[in-house]
Amino acid sequence: MKTPNVHDWLTEHSDYLYRFALARLRDPHLAEDVVQETFIAAIKSPSFAEQSAPRTWLTGILKHKIIDVMRKNMREVVATDLMHEEDANMDEFFDETGHWAEKPLAWDIPHDALEQKQFLVILQQCMDKLPSKLAALFLMRDIHETDNEEICKELSITSTNAWVMLYRARMGIRKCLEIHWLQA
Amino acid sequence: MLNCKQTSQLVSQSLDRRLSLRERIAVRLHLLICKYCKRFSQQLLAIRIGLQRMTKSMEEDTHLNMPSETKARIAKALEAESK
Repeated sequence: MKTPNVHDWLTEHSDYLYRFALARLRDPHLAEDVVQETFIAAIKSPSFAEQSAPRTWLTGILKHKIIDVMRKNMREVVATDLMHEEDANMDEFFDETGHWAEKPLAWDIPHDALEQKQFLVILQQCMDKLPSKLAALFLMRDIHETDNEEICKELSITSTNAWVMLYRARMGIRKCLEIHWLQA
Repeated sequence: MLNCKQTSQLVSQSLDRRLSLRERIAVRLHLLICKYCKRFSQQLLAIRIGLQRMTKSMEEDTHLNMPSETKARIAKALEAESK
């Protein structure tokens, strides 16, 4: 078997890996960094020469690099969150008896492709209103695809604080969609 | 009996961890009698599905490429590593 050439891999797979990372981290610089780290880890790996399906193998390494970034982000978000503990109660959304202060309105679930597209545009705008690290954490939790199970498992080892933050992010995005999607 | 605030918290957490049996039953009972929390729960799912679609379409967007300067930088870093 021919020894793989890492430069060929770079040419063939870096765009794919970059998109994979960007779709999850939503930050071009972070995405570039994790791709670079992935290639470096790959050439240092003892099994480098035996890879017959490099894209799958590289994607596996990349996922771990993404988890590392997410873990770090999560620690930072949780640390920041502790400083704002008083508004963790979401009291604006509920009355003192725990009932909805403003009852969630019914939405049109997008039907056709065009509506779906418009919905995603507004969803993206609502995501953009979140602090970027919280948005990335939230995104990671909500992508939850099957091949991502490992990532989800890793991120489940979180404190109550992380749940509170994810809750808050979802409440905010839901409210934002209620305003902008319903009235679009 | 859970109130709406507690229910909404558990519904959100159910997307992040496996709820206990007791919690799952309590949430289900509340959703049976409360259309607002039921709506809330469906909307969180719609958000999750929307984000999955968004990620998928970004992953498949062949116009999104890594800048060539970055590729050159990585190639250089790889050379330095393999020396």
